[in-house]
Amino acid sequence: MTEVVLLPVFILMTSLGVAPLIFALPERAAGWRTALNLGAAAAKVALVGWLSWKVARGVIYEVRFTVLPGLEFKLQADPLAVLFIALSAVLWLITTVYAVGYLEKGPHRSRFFGFFSLCVAATTGVALAGNLFTFLIFYELLTLATYPLVVHRGTAAALRAGRIYLIYTLCGGLVLLFGTLWLWVLAGTTDFVPRGVLADVVADAPVQARVLFFVLIAGLGVKAALFPLHAWLPIAMVAPAPVSALLHAVAVVKAGAFGIMRVVYEVFGIDTAQALGVTAPLVAVAAVTILYGSVRAMMEDDLKRRLAFSTVSQVSYITLGVALASPIAAIGALAHLIHQGLMKITMFLAAGNLAEGLGVKSVSQMNGVGRKMPGTMVAFTLALLAMIGLPPLAGFVSKWYLASGGLAADQGWVIALLAGSSLLNALYFLPIVHRAWFGVESDAPARVPGRPRIGWMMTAPPVATATLVLVAGIFANAPFSPLEWTRFIVALEYLEPQP
Amino acid sequence: MTPAVMDGLMPHLIDWEVVAIMAPLLGALAGLVMPRAAAGIGIAAVGLTTLAVAALSWAVTTQGARMMALGGWGAPLGIDLRADGLAVMMLAMTAGVGLCISLSALAGQRARPAAGRPGVFWPLWLLLLAGLNGAYLSTDLFNLYVMLEVISLAAVGLTVMGGGAAALRAGFEYLMASMLGALLFLLAVGFVYLRFGRLDLMGLADLVTPGDPAMAGVLALMLVGLALKTALFPLHWWLPAAHASATAPASALLSALVVKVSLYIVLRVGQYLVPPTEGLVLLVGLAGGAAMIWGGIQALRAERLKLLVAWSTVAQIGLIFVAFARSGAAGTAESWKAAALLMLAHAVAKAAMFLAAGRIKDEVGHDEIARLDRSPVRPTLAQFTFALAAISLIGLPPSIGFAGKWLLMEGALAAGYWHWVALTFVGTLLSVAVFSRVMVPFLRFDRQRGPVGEHQGWALADAPPLVLALASFGLGLGAAQILTMLEVGEPFARATGAVLGGAP
Repeated sequence: MTEVVLLPVFILMTSLGVAPLIFALPERAAGWRTALNLGAAAAKVALVGWLSWKVARGVIYEVRFTVLPGLEFKLQADPLAVLFIALSAVLWLITTVYAVGYLEKGPHRSRFFGFFSLCVAATTGVALAGNLFTFLIFYELLTLATYPLVVHRGTAAALRAGRIYLIYTLCGGLVLLFGTLWLWVLAGTTDFVPRGVLADVVADAPVQARVLFFVLIAGLGVKAALFPLHAWLPIAMVAPAPVSALLHAVAVVKAGAFGIMRVVYEVFGIDTAQALGVTAPLVAVAAVTILYGSVRAMMEDDLKRRLAFSTVSQVSYITLGVALASPIAAIGALAHLIHQGLMKITMFLAAGNLAEGLGVKSVSQMNGVGRKMPGTMVAFTLALLAMIGLPPLAGFVSKWYLASGGLAADQGWVIALLAGSSLLNALYFLPIVHRAWFGVESDAPARVPGRPRIGWMMTAPPVATATLVLVAGIFANAPFSPLEWTRFIVALEYLEPQP
Repeated sequence: MTPAVMDGLMPHLIDWEVVAIMAPLLGALAGLVMPRAAAGIGIAAVGLTTLAVAALSWAVTTQGARMMALGGWGAPLGIDLRADGLAVMMLAMTAGVGLCISLSALAGQRARPAAGRPGVFWPLWLLLLAGLNGAYLSTDLFNLYVMLEVISLAAVGLTVMGGGAAALRAGFEYLMASMLGALLFLLAVGFVYLRFGRLDLMGLADLVTPGDPAMAGVLALMLVGLALKTALFPLHWWLPAAHASATAPASALLSALVVKVSLYIVLRVGQYLVPPTEGLVLLVGLAGGAAMIWGGIQALRAERLKLLVAWSTVAQIGLIFVAFARSGAAGTAESWKAAALLMLAHAVAKAAMFLAAGRIKDEVGHDEIARLDRSPVRPTLAQFTFALAAISLIGLPPSIGFAGKWLLMEGALAAGYWHWVALTFVGTLLSVAVFSRVMVPFLRFDRQRGPVGEHQGWALADAPPLVLALASFGLGLGAAQILTMLEVGEPFARATGAVLGGAP
């Protein structure tokens, strides 16, 4: 097994190593840039495919070196990492195709794609981090790499949004830094180990451990957009469509949610966390966020803002499933990490097409757009229905497991919560479907002459991701489906090893 | 005699210590005599010094600390030169940063021969380099005093070299502060000599008894003199103007290297002469904290880019003192390593930042922060370098600044000194605010008239600062190795002994 120990490094380098090359390319070398982008993204998908095949056979890769005395930089490809990295690899490839089409002839493309690669590298690092220290490094890199993408347009509005984004995420990063440091001083390790490393510390200093838990969750909750730390997310909507898609589906919010998973499962351990009594408040925060995000989404007319608040709500499903402390809910949470990514990226890519091709930016302008952009809108509709939870689509699978998990954990109210949230989802998503397909066209804006035609590079990606939404739902029980993979992980986190 | 001294007396093939001091000194003289060839001589001398330092570092890391008696005369009569882990780190830092600044100065002088004044710059800088290397290798107080004077002389010259009334005024204030500091130091040295009849640090360490009131006064004098030279709050008034009004390479040298030498002497004096007491450490830490906050606030108010960078130096020096104080008197045996790491971090990143700021000023034509986003010219690479340096100065991972801050806070937390952690976080937030003031307009594109030219192509002058900024990250990942190297020769074994009451 020694022949490929560097596989995680190669996977990281497909984006981290490519970024400087893209920065160095002159602006006009569009062909080279596209080739480099797509080549790297495709190479990454292939390497991740190989990695998951190996990891499924029980191989765990580790690369480590000492940065500070006792403190290691550690990359580790365990099943949980593979889950997230597979999501980011596939969606990066699709989003890159979209971004190439979206930014055609736009300014500053070298800079954009350089930071785009860095952003994906950071996400990959977040996934592969083998301890909280390494996680922190990439978590901060993610903040820094996404900032230039958020403010890409360089307008006053974009800079204002960027500033708010930076204030939230950097403060969150500092809180997480403090938490990491404290964990290191308390436990002498920051390693991610299935079922946690803190059992001894908790026995000695339960109060400190409780505070530490909430410090860590607060640091991660900024990116995961937990209420009341979510305000940056709807504001960051000024970013170009591919960036919004990446932010909501793969990179930023998911890094936060993924970090919460790591902290609950592999720093504290779910049993320890439950014994400490810290999961119940987390459940409450997640529940509030789910309802709050949905209610706010309903009140927004701006399409991207509506989608953003919907993300606030949907990402908290993951936190909810983790905090419920039941294996079945955990399966739902992990599956939702993937499913929400697929659904949300479809929506944002479709919204980008509407804005670019038709100038449609708000829900009230959407009358009859289905006939003008059938491919995009079929994909959009499919993703909306999945998000509401219509069987047999992906969203239904996650909601089903979350609800069963709630029952298994004797928290029957979770079903009411999910039903209420689904109802709200329907209330703010179905008007979009209705307007798009049955709305009368009169108040839709006329096609502005000179607007770019939406080429295949922008139509194909949402269709592809919508297909994945369908496939992930219908073939949920097939091997290597997100659901099957999450069962594999949950078994690791919940089952005691046989002595 | 400690074992380190014993092995230091073994003969060496080449005395790299002597080369590291004499190469720049002779280069300075040669440059003075032949001003037309000054640049060539300068680069050659800096290159030779770098080689000597590299060889010395190699010898010290592989064979342990070494000591040599100049001309065969040992202490207390003659001059000893000693290279341990701390000295080698400072030498290597000076050589590496100095080489990059030299190359940057060379590129700048090629572009604008009149403004760069090579005939003045190179002799002064080489004199400075000789002084710095001499100070890092010195083992006696008088030698340190002489080196401090050499450094001050060269540094004041570099400050006023840019010309203009502001530079002259700033240079004059700098000269006053520097002379006052040196005077205090010299007074203290005199008292020490009167009392003990010798000035070599190792010999003195055995003679000084903790709790001697006369000595305490003398050392207070010495520390105030050094604090003045290193611009520790509230003795920092001279620094911002001096560092902001010099030319870019000179600013980089002053900010990155010159203030470090007095910090280094503080560490050394702390090692041999002053057994750190709880009160003294607290005082130093509080002054550092105040510097961090005051420097941050002033940087927030600065209107010009270089002034902002200079004020951030005041704040960063404060941080280094906080690092020294992070876990009380008992912790100084470990804390000095955090301080040393932060010194290295600041040297590398601040040099990169001043050079990048100079490039931005050259390209845009001014350095008014409020008008930077109106410029249609965007020196992308210099801006990128500035951002990388800022990340290290703020202390985000995986930079060397982060490693230093991590050590600082780790030690403070472990010792239960939460207030230093809180203070560090306040300082970090301030530095985020300071640097985002500059970096946000880099990406603003709706205020300039006419199209923006972003990629101007790669200028040679952009390379040295970028290399320095990238080095911040390489060093951050190698922080564990640097810490191991610092331990060579146990630069702070003495402090532990003093605190534990087991004076040798």
